[in-house]
Amino acid sequence: MKKTLLPILSIMLLIGSVSIGFGYSEKEGEELSRSSVNELPQQEQNESLAAFNTMMKVLTHKRCVNCHPAGDRPHQGEDSHVHNFGVRRGPDNHGVAALRCETCHQEENNEFSGVPGAPEWSLAPLSMAWEGLNRIEIAKSIMNPAINGGRSLEETVKHLTEHELVLWAWEPGVDADGTPREKPPVPKEKYIAAVKKWAETGAHIPTE
Amino acid sequence: MDISFQINGTLRSVDVDENTPLLWVVRDVIGLKGTKFGCGKAACGACTLHVDGEAVRSCSYAVKYAEGKNITTIEGLGDADNPHPVQQAWMEEVVPQCGYCQPGFMMATAAMLDKTPNPTDEDIDANIVNVCRCATYYRMRKAIHRAAELHTANAQNS
Repeated sequence: MKKTLLPILSIMLLIGSVSIGFGYSEKEGEELSRSSVNELPQQEQNESLAAFNTMMKVLTHKRCVNCHPAGDRPHQGEDSHVHNFGVRRGPDNHGVAALRCETCHQEENNEFSGVPGAPEWSLAPLSMAWEGLNRIEIAKSIMNPAINGGRSLEETVKHLTEHELVLWAWEPGVDADGTPREKPPVPKEKYIAAVKKWAETGAHIPTE
Repeated sequence: MDISFQINGTLRSVDVDENTPLLWVVRDVIGLKGTKFGCGKAACGACTLHVDGEAVRSCSYAVKYAEGKNITTIEGLGDADNPHPVQQAWMEEVVPQCGYCQPGFMMATAAMLDKTPNPTDEDIDANIVNVCRCATYYRMRKAIHRAAELHTANAQNS
């Protein structure tokens, strides 16, 4: 009896440990499917997915998406309303002839008027529209050289972690009423580390 | 801090805090009162002037950015003897009522005509978004089209 139970118990224990293993993996990966990263060692998978989650908390934030609109009107404010004054994209993403982005936005925030500013203040090209996309779609967009401005992974990481207009999100200044603008929910240094970690671990995009 | 720029064709140096709005400098330091303060938040356009030919809301433009640049105010756009087509059209169409916001409108219109010499009504709606409390928009639209005619005629004659 004992001899017959032992292999069964061993198999049950093995199944249990595998189940526990999968359970841990599910928790770490949150709601993400791991089909696209399942070739990686488990720890690396977890790090990659955690980095992805951290990065996307920033890239889906209004400080980013307000200027990645799906149409020809920028958005603004904490409620992402359509930009006041009928501001339009224009042919070069910098507005129209007499109403350029730089008509009002300069290279720094203006703390007196509440007008935000950073170098190269402009809309993202329409091909880089993020409004209405989920984070998987946004990630695919930033990794697609056909629509990301021809950037390689290295150039994308550089843009996401070094460009002053991107990093403005953590120095957003105050609005016209003097109220500080909301910053992304992840500290800048943690975001930068996450972008780099995500790239180092293969820049995998989960399938949800 | 000393900051130097050309204004209406004259080189000027001013010793002011570098973050002083250009509007303050133009009005209170240089003494050109044509450019107006409206909202102070780059929203109404009364303070519009040109920096290197581009329309700028000077209430929200720190003077440090003007270093080495060419600034044009309504006083430099033209004068009574040689008005800019926009100024001429504004007079012909008797656009202003109280007049306070009009210099900003004229500077924005001049900037538009430089790049869009024959604007449609849609172009006007997209480019000229200043605010006029007297609601002179109807007369301004006529004046803008008239200014475009004068602008084109001047270009052909020159």
